[in-house]
Amino acid sequence: MKETLARYKFRGDYVLARAFSPFIKEKLKNLNFECLVPIPLSPERLYERGFNQSAALIREAGFTPKDLLQRIHSEKQSKKSRLDRIHQNQVFEPLNINIKNKIILLVDDIYTTGSTLYHAARVLKNGGAASVFSLTLARG
Amino acid sequence: MRFTPNMTPYIKDFPPESLPISSIDTIPEPPLNENFPLNKELQQILHGKQLLFENLQHPLEEIHQHYENGYITYRKGIIKTKSKTVCARCGNQEQSLFAHFPCARCGEEECIYCRKCIMMGRVSECTPLIDWCGPEPDCELTEHPLEWQGTLSPGQQHASDQVRQIIIENRELLVWAVCGAGKTEVLFEGINAALDSGKRVCIATPRTDVVLELGPRLQAVFPGIQVAVLYGGSEDRHLQAPLTIATTHQLLRFYKAFDTVILDEVDAFPYTADESLQYAVRQSRKEHSSMVYLTATPNQKWQNECRSGKMDFVTIPARYHRHPLPVPSFKWCGNWEKSLQQDKLPPAVTQWIKKRIDNQKQCLLFLPKIDKMEKVLTILRKTYPKIQAVSAEDPERKAKVQMMRNKEIPMLLTTTILERGVTFPNIDVAVLGSEDRIFTESALVQIAGRVGRSAQFPRGDITFFHYGKTESMVKARKQILHMNAEAKKKGLIDY
Repeated sequence: MKETLARYKFRGDYVLARAFSPFIKEKLKNLNFECLVPIPLSPERLYERGFNQSAALIREAGFTPKDLLQRIHSEKQSKKSRLDRIHQNQVFEPLNINIKNKIILLVDDIYTTGSTLYHAARVLKNGGAASVFSLTLARG
Repeated sequence: MRFTPNMTPYIKDFPPESLPISSIDTIPEPPLNENFPLNKELQQILHGKQLLFENLQHPLEEIHQHYENGYITYRKGIIKTKSKTVCARCGNQEQSLFAHFPCARCGEEECIYCRKCIMMGRVSECTPLIDWCGPEPDCELTEHPLEWQGTLSPGQQHASDQVRQIIIENRELLVWAVCGAGKTEVLFEGINAALDSGKRVCIATPRTDVVLELGPRLQAVFPGIQVAVLYGGSEDRHLQAPLTIATTHQLLRFYKAFDTVILDEVDAFPYTADESLQYAVRQSRKEHSSMVYLTATPNQKWQNECRSGKMDFVTIPARYHRHPLPVPSFKWCGNWEKSLQQDKLPPAVTQWIKKRIDNQKQCLLFLPKIDKMEKVLTILRKTYPKIQAVSAEDPERKAKVQMMRNKEIPMLLTTTILERGVTFPNIDVAVLGSEDRIFTESALVQIAGRVGRSAQFPRGDITFFHYGKTESMVKARKQILHMNAEAKKKGLIDY
């Protein structure tokens, strides 16, 4: 799993997203949500990778990713220590889209400290979302 | 990345006439502007290479200026024709190893990329391969850099003369030298001649172990020159050295770099099985260059090409210590896998091991599969608790081999991972299940070649325990007998 995810995310082997599709489809069957939101990358990171690995997971599972967030700054999460990540300030800001009373499912590849999802969820809740859930592929 | 037809690169806000590089018919090659102040560091890093933008620390603008002034070429990373797609870096043409994705770099919905060489950074349709086409970096000439006091055996001397000659004349040669002939020493004079005339030399091998062993050995005999040692994760990546020692994988980064390429262990996995590595070796050579192939065990195709005169070759049929190669004996041991299921070893094998351990003679036992090896280990440890086993994935591989060298353990069980490159001075060797198809002719010759390598202990036992003789086993024995006969005829063995 670790190697596959590294090859997918860091080497950029896009088609591996499809390997996770059955799992994602299965999970989504039993979940109640109105939109699937990928964790966004900074423009630099998106250029470097060529694709957003969370959006690709959604897409390859046959759904449409909905962009509701953007990143404020761009230091790599995986380069930071656990403590840094838990104590960092908000890294996301909302895009100007109405999400009042929406049920939102956040999608990310790896859950490490949970702070990425926490920050993303907080921005969405502050924006008026009814509830925010998350789906991740693996524990870091 | 997108380019306009006159090759202005864009990484965002693509103008409508821009295209991924793969869709541009002919990529202009601006003439060399000799007044352009080139960046020497970029020249050092890029000369003889084919790299991606992300492999370079330099800003895009600077790289592109070098292009506009004729110092750098852009090539298509992926070449598409009507019938097929080819990766220009690794030569992959296997259509199942290409995929496509909606690419944020070029904005195309289906940007094709190569999955074969993706571990070295993704090459996709919009990825340019960047080469240096300006002048070569200056390198200091070291006159006669070889400092070696040893002497060559007559067999080695003959091969060494041939190697030197073909390096001077930019030709190709296969050196077919038995295990323990002293192949490395045979290269010294040739490399010396090449370096003497300012040529860049690369010794490539499929195996990291061999790179790690050769690096210090060559640095020791060429103390005055820089030796770059390249393998996955090594630090010498950007070093421009007159002498490079690299795994064949690393050659994927090189392009028209070397005047001389010496390929050690040509027959070793994965070189023979992986066409992209053969492509990498071809790509790394300059147009006019020499090539030396080294092997103890050429495959059938190579053997035929040598015999039919298609390929120049030289043999070293004897070891430097002038003793013949130990000849394997075959011993039928019945359905050994079934015995293992009953927690037993075939009696012949048990006896063979007992004899070695009683006489305190260290031994290696090769097995075709890891699970079988584990099973045998469990059985043997009941009697001999100090025995160890080692396989490819074992993190303690190096440590266990060292324990064997230090004579801390009486016996090591192993898979084909130790078939070549490792030397223990005084050991006996057996193969259990030598009929398995993993034990090819060359694997078996290599395994037999572990025995009797040192001048102090030139003899030893090599036994193939089998459940049905195979053609590979017969051919391996024949090859060894043939080499011994040739050596005898040429007066290269005394005993």
